Amino acid sequence: MISRRSLIAAAALTLGLAAPALSDGHEPVKVGFIYVGPIGDFGWSYEHDQGRLAIEEHFGDKVETTYLESVPEGPDAERAIRQMAQSGHDLIFTTSFGYMNPTLKVAEQFPNVKFEHATGFKRADNLSTYSGRFYEGRTVLGHIAGHMTETNTIGYIASFPIPEVVRGINSAYLAAKEVNPDVEFKIVWVSTWFDPGKEADAANALIEQGADVIMQHTDSPAAMTIAEEKGIYAFGQASDMKQFGPNARLSSIIDNWAPYYIARTQAVIDGTWESMDTWDGIAPGMTEIGEFSDKIPAEVRASAQEIADKIAAGEMHSFTGPINKQDGSAWLADGETADDGTLLGMNFYVEGITGDLPQ
Amino acid sequence: MLTLEPHRAGPVKQLFTPVWAILATMLAGGLLFLLLGKNPVEAIRIIFVDPLFDPFSRSELFIKAAPLAIIATGLSFGFRAGVWNIGAEGQFILGAICGGAVGLAFYGVEGVYVLPLMALAGMAGGFAWAMIPALLRTRFNANEILVSLMLVYVATLLLSALVSGPLRDPDGFNFPESRQFHDSATLPILIERTRIHIGIPIAFLISVGAWLILQRHVFGFHIKLMGAAPRAAHFAGVSTNRMVVLCLGISGALAGLAGVFEAAGPVGQLVPSLPTGYGFTAIIVAFLGRLQPLGILFASFVLALTIIGGETAQFSLQIPAAAISVFQGMLLFFLLAFDIFTRFRIRRGVAGVA
Repeated sequence: MISRRSLIAAAALTLGLAAPALSDGHEPVKVGFIYVGPIGDFGWSYEHDQGRLAIEEHFGDKVETTYLESVPEGPDAERAIRQMAQSGHDLIFTTSFGYMNPTLKVAEQFPNVKFEHATGFKRADNLSTYSGRFYEGRTVLGHIAGHMTETNTIGYIASFPIPEVVRGINSAYLAAKEVNPDVEFKIVWVSTWFDPGKEADAANALIEQGADVIMQHTDSPAAMTIAEEKGIYAFGQASDMKQFGPNARLSSIIDNWAPYYIARTQAVIDGTWESMDTWDGIAPGMTEIGEFSDKIPAEVRASAQEIADKIAAGEMHSFTGPINKQDGSAWLADGETADDGTLLGMNFYVEGITGDLPQ
Repeated sequence: MLTLEPHRAGPVKQLFTPVWAILATMLAGGLLFLLLGKNPVEAIRIIFVDPLFDPFSRSELFIKAAPLAIIATGLSFGFRAGVWNIGAEGQFILGAICGGAVGLAFYGVEGVYVLPLMALAGMAGGFAWAMIPALLRTRFNANEILVSLMLVYVATLLLSALVSGPLRDPDGFNFPESRQFHDSATLPILIERTRIHIGIPIAFLISVGAWLILQRHVFGFHIKLMGAAPRAAHFAGVSTNRMVVLCLGISGALAGLAGVFEAAGPVGQLVPSLPTGYGFTAIIVAFLGRLQPLGILFASFVLALTIIGGETAQFSLQIPAAAISVFQGMLLFFLLAFDIFTRFRIRRGVAGVA
């Protein structure tokens, strides 16, 4: 223990940092963040950084925060996480799926540091996981999109065919189909979370195929910018993105990490932090629906709000039967709702979506 | 009007241009950090000095420097002979794919032979990938710079396709990555609590081997001859085609080896984000090291230092990631600039006017 402590202290001193937080809990607690994109992506990483700033504002001098941005999900991720663990951080948030294995490896070697990994499924005594039920928000957006499309074609920019993304496509499609039986989804897989060039190309391709509403599961506002230029509609993803498409933006899903980050930091200060899995939706506010645009007719705004309220109140579930899988086989019986296990491993489209899910 | 006039610089002067380039990068980089409102002296200290005194950062220097040194050593053979392999990144990826595929094929099989097999497969993969530009050059005189560079993009897509398809982790929730290699397919860690793996001493051995070949073997002599005087080499009976194949083959196999080491070492699985530009950075390393094996070892540490120190500067001073990239780019810029000034003299006046 003594050598560990002095090692950390030495590292912190050479780095010119303040003294590390000590176990008595009276020093400033250090909280670190690892971001996959730049904090200026105005999407995923931006919102995590907003959460970090909220910690600073809430705790003031009691907490010190740091971050590393644009850390690739490859061989460098482990070093970045280790460097943070080693330089006296008490709590480290790693905010992309691809950091899962590196975070686990580092967590094993730093049992006194607490780790939190976003969107993953591997946990340990000092490694929690957390994510938002973004699909609940997509039910609301899908409802709006189904009403607003005139060409009955909704374009969807998807990143990787992992359950989180597939869930989003399915929930948006079901909600759109509910109000517009003729609706069709065109899906483009860009195999990246953040690449404004690729995202813009995908948006253009979808518009050429007749899409007049664009949804996305990637991090940059590139598609929003294109939608604004072409005079069609789009939704903010992860962040509100209003400034990129004042006319194009209908609404948005905002990832509001601040309450969770503040609560977990408080738990470290109080010494009550425990490893757990959090999957919060609209009700606790982790998944927030951005303000509805005036472009949406008043009655649609009202019905969209009603859906959001019902989901928050637990009176409605995004996946309520009867729902068939794409191949026509039955998935949920009438009135049955999907269990979390199936949702977490979702690897199929629901009936009506055309095209193959990349497998 | 300014013109450049060739100028003969002594070997000592040439040897020192990298040092000037590093100093100039520190100055210009310091200015950049100052403009960003950061303390330039502290930033430079964090980037160039602190990683040397922190035990963990020091160990990470080796992790970063080893693949750079291995690839750059391979490239230096070709660069000396005037064979321009710009696609080491692609050969690195193919090495990782082939070696990784062998590791996955032996999944769960414990045995000391698994890693050597993976290393051989990786070298074969890199070698084969480099043979494409080699054959196109020797048969059809296609430019190896373009062909090898274009093949990098093919290799990147091939890796993506494989980890989304045949090599994907069956329990990985559809995410495009392979299983994690099992113990026998993972490079042994030499020092507890670091990531120092067996590939690092091997990088040193490769460097020594390259030095011996260049100094003591007739192949090394032919390489130097072909680079310095291609016609003389031709008259001395050195076959250009044979040299092209050998140079590309060696650099391809070594890049492939670095690829397996990266996959089976720090990463531990095949992921689309495996290539992080080592193949391209190694080109800078090769020139910064004056194409000398020992110089390359030194240069790979300098580059590793800017990468590791750059990360530390990012989170301890909150310098943006992009500023660190600019800083690294400056290094090559100044190296090329100082090279020009040592090899040429600047003259006022129009060239060719008597």
